[in-house]
Amino acid sequence: MSGGFVASFPSLVRRERASLVATFIAPAVALVVALVLNLSLYLLMGRDPVAVLYAMLLEPFLSWASFSEVLLKAGPLLLIAQGLAIGFRAKVFNIGAEGQFILGAIFASAIPVWFPQATGQWIWPAMLLLGAIGGALWASLTAFWRVRLNANEILVSLMLSLVAAQLLNYLLLGPWKDPNGFNFPQSVMFQYDAMVPTLIAGTRLNVSFLITLVLSLAAFVFMQKSFSGYKLQVGGLAPRAAGYAGFKEGWTIWLSLLIGGFAAGLAGAAEVAGPLGQLQRSISSGYGYAAIIVAYLGGLHPIGIVVSALVMAVIYIGGDNAMVSANLPIAAVRVFQGSLLLSYLIAVAFVRYRLEWPKTARRAASRSPS
Amino acid sequence: MNAIEFIIAGMLAAATPFLLAALGELVVERAGVLNLGVEGLMALGAVLAFIVVYQGGGHFLGFVAAGLGSAALSLIFAFVTLGFRANQVAAGLAIGILGQGLSALFGKTYESLTVKALPRLSVPGLSEIPVVGGLFVQDIVVWISLVATFAIWAMFAYSKLGLVIRAVGENPKAAHAIGYSVITVRVLAIAFGGAMAGFAGAYAAVIYTPLWADGMIAGRGWIAIALVVFGTWLTGRIFLGACLFGAVSLMGLAAQATGLDVPSQLLSSLPYLVTIIVLGIISADRRLLKLNGVASLGEPFER
Repeated sequence: MSGGFVASFPSLVRRERASLVATFIAPAVALVVALVLNLSLYLLMGRDPVAVLYAMLLEPFLSWASFSEVLLKAGPLLLIAQGLAIGFRAKVFNIGAEGQFILGAIFASAIPVWFPQATGQWIWPAMLLLGAIGGALWASLTAFWRVRLNANEILVSLMLSLVAAQLLNYLLLGPWKDPNGFNFPQSVMFQYDAMVPTLIAGTRLNVSFLITLVLSLAAFVFMQKSFSGYKLQVGGLAPRAAGYAGFKEGWTIWLSLLIGGFAAGLAGAAEVAGPLGQLQRSISSGYGYAAIIVAYLGGLHPIGIVVSALVMAVIYIGGDNAMVSANLPIAAVRVFQGSLLLSYLIAVAFVRYRLEWPKTARRAASRSPS
Repeated sequence: MNAIEFIIAGMLAAATPFLLAALGELVVERAGVLNLGVEGLMALGAVLAFIVVYQGGGHFLGFVAAGLGSAALSLIFAFVTLGFRANQVAAGLAIGILGQGLSALFGKTYESLTVKALPRLSVPGLSEIPVVGGLFVQDIVVWISLVATFAIWAMFAYSKLGLVIRAVGENPKAAHAIGYSVITVRVLAIAFGGAMAGFAGAYAAVIYTPLWADGMIAGRGWIAIALVVFGTWLTGRIFLGACLFGAVSLMGLAAQATGLDVPSQLLSSLPYLVTIIVLGIISADRRLLKLNGVASLGEPFER
């Protein structure tokens, strides 16, 4: 059926051991490939690729003000991706971070919406905590469905994200709409004490960025050094061995989803209590989905994810810049994200495999004494 | 027309995008591949069909463009997962994001524009029956979808091709050992699934709601994937599931028309909530899923 057709292609051959070099260069190669592909697309669309390249990759670094925006954007991506990666390594595919992020934002907003007059330094920490709990609660629905009802967590968590978006719409068009907001779907502006304190004067970067870095460190310690993290990884790599060792599958799923939901909820809370200052319809620019790409691009490793979150943030900010200066539609960012993950998935194959060309295989075969 | 008649008459048309995409995904999964990119494949098909029809190419060419475009995008998925043995979950998500991005990119200048839908053809006599008569007044694509459902059922039940696809999905090593090319079968299944998702998107964009809006697929691709699980990989049950979702998505409109005081957002989330609930009920029967599930689903094939 296949015969000569397939035989003329090079084939993948499993390496003796995983290539460390390939592990490190795969994300970089993927980035370059995605860049070349997307710039070609912009050229086809009649845009000036040089102008796009400048706006996307250079402008974000040219001033402290724009770089601080990159860090601000990297915050939620980093936080969500750290949580998701823990689950992905345990083979628990929570792809509903978008919904958990939205629920975090809603839970956090409950305080300033219901108590707009409240003052005190307790408000923003309480909002962040409440947001994280909200995200974890939303994720716990998926965990229950998976553990108790055996339902596929990919589908359930995704459906719950779509429900969360409708819930947000309902609140913003109904009970939580700002009465003086000219009928815009948004809540009241939050009071001063409901805002996370700014970290560096003159920028929008706030204390939640520090929290994100501390939690990244915690993710590193948890995954690389703790026994619980080890149990999760064994569950992902060798589910049977984990079963024989007495590691409970249900525990793995609950923990993965709760961590993922907690992180995404915290990110949502930090977004409304930070740069936005109110609950809006567009609280998430697809962070929950982009964070999946960030997690994979970072090799599902806490340190790799710090780097990939920065890269993704540059793409977001650069995409915004290119929209203004090179008239590039904002949808181009999603095209870039999708092609970046696809390029990475190809590049990362070379960690475990190498290509063998049919010619060299034949030559090797004829040389070997038979 | 009362609410019941409204739902009966509109059910099949509302079900068609779900049905076409789910039938495609059924073939893909039966061959042992999990393609989660259906949402993006539908979005791309939808925009391509809309552009062709808007530019005066006609509905037939619109469907052709959608089928070819989405099949091409699904071949990228095949290239990454079969050629490079990539994680199928991640690759499917990437295709989904890419497809939705491309659809938004291509559709940018068409936002809020409309095209003409197709006329409906009625079955003489049957369409006169009170209450259920509306069931027999449908456009041509609905009728073709019913034929396609039957054809796919017959293929899996009676043909050698159906057996080969199932063998490749159940035990790829054995299928390879008796001389079938696992990779070729899977590539063709993925391309077929892509084309079907493209048709599903086309139906949604140029016939069911002939208006272009970014994000108009609105989760229907994901529900189609869930339908394959609901139907426990059986064609007939997938058809029934698609009808159920067609009816559920109309219930919102019917409820609003009767003046029921329910937030519209709750009605919009009804299909998602029903998906979650039905998924829980069906999956709780572990034996059923094990019995009908595809053994090698999602696993890369290595000789």
